[in-house]
Amino acid sequence: MKILTLNFLTCARKLCKSSNTAFPLHPKEADLEIVETEINVLFLKNIMGRLMWEELKGVVGELGLPDLPPTPPEPETLVETKLQAPEGDNTGLNIEKAEVPSQIAKDLHRVLLETCVKEGKLVCGNCGHEYAVREGIANFLLPGHLV
Amino acid sequence: MSRPEDTLPPDLFYNDAESRKYTTSSRIQKIQSDMTHRALSLLHLTRPSMILDVGCGSGLSGEILSASDAEGTPGGPHVWVGFDISASMLGIALEKEVEGDLFLADAGQGVPFRAGTFDAAISISAVQWLCNAESSEESPAGRLSRFFNGLYASLRRGGRAVCQFYPKNDEQKRMVSSAAVRAGFGAGLLEDDPATKSAKTYLVLTVGGGELEGDITGVVRGMEGIDVMDSRRRAKDRKRGDERKGSRAWILRKKEQMERKGKVVKANSKYTGRKRRVIF
Repeated sequence: MKILTLNFLTCARKLCKSSNTAFPLHPKEADLEIVETEINVLFLKNIMGRLMWEELKGVVGELGLPDLPPTPPEPETLVETKLQAPEGDNTGLNIEKAEVPSQIAKDLHRVLLETCVKEGKLVCGNCGHEYAVREGIANFLLPGHLV
Repeated sequence: MSRPEDTLPPDLFYNDAESRKYTTSSRIQKIQSDMTHRALSLLHLTRPSMILDVGCGSGLSGEILSASDAEGTPGGPHVWVGFDISASMLGIALEKEVEGDLFLADAGQGVPFRAGTFDAAISISAVQWLCNAESSEESPAGRLSRFFNGLYASLRRGGRAVCQFYPKNDEQKRMVSSAAVRAGFGAGLLEDDPATKSAKTYLVLTVGGGELEGDITGVVRGMEGIDVMDSRRRAKDRKRGDERKGSRAWILRKKEQMERKGKVVKANSKYTGRKRRVIF
């Protein structure tokens, strides 16, 4: 499960709905893996406004990953313009401006979309219910008495 | 038509054998991909978005969501999160290494995401499973309302959801759409090939917002080959026009109503509902 998804996931129990501590879920004994995907700057721009940065930093800290900057990066900083020749043109005459993902965007992509929780548990901060994660699939089925 | 939801609960029905059968059948693959493309065209996504796939199964529709714009997915590639109640289906999705995040969860227990998570939600052939309750503690209406309430909360303002489902009868259709309306959605049903064997019902749900005009009538505007049947507007018009009981318009409407019910109705003529002169 991607770290991005962890930033949206809450406890599934009804009585945790109104609690502030039901989000975020805290990873426990988590095994991480990197699944490389293609960077999608438009998606990052779209999702930036919806991230809860403080909680994201908390989760990243709990997983023992390198720290994130104290404030969320501005959407404009995710791309940088670079002068480069179009592909397949080696004459060096037709240099044009191209937008390429900046280092900030690459780092964010690495953390949010490529770092995945493979095995472990997610613990609700309110009720303490543990959701098991196996092979990247979290089990959110609740037994009847907990619904 | 066989209805698997009448035989077993979904987590038991889609066992390893049935899941594999479902996923490898080229016929089902074709139908699923057609329906996913239809749902995507109703969602009108213009940029890479965060999408929820309810009842994602083995990720047949997820594969289309992860495809790029050039491969026929508008606004793609999208990032999606899917959940399904059948572990065997998810196992096959794992084997196929789909790109979305998977959850083993029951949609009838709610949607465990915080408010405003998703740009859109899609559900292909799943909602009819919610119309069955497996234990005495829960009811179909309760499961539907928990699902739609959770879905409503997790969609951002201006977001849309398209749920394709196979309703057993008109009553089930009404039950599902009224549960969605009660959760706060603007809801409408789109039917492809109605009254044929391959009829497909899409529940189009909208969450407020200024980007679109209210409800499904705004969604389908400009799409070809669609007749809008708005029962709300008809009711409003009737109130506005002065259709008194016993008037010609009233009689004609009643006759039409009876005819639709299959009763024998006399043909209309110029004498129908005509007033007698006082002199008579």
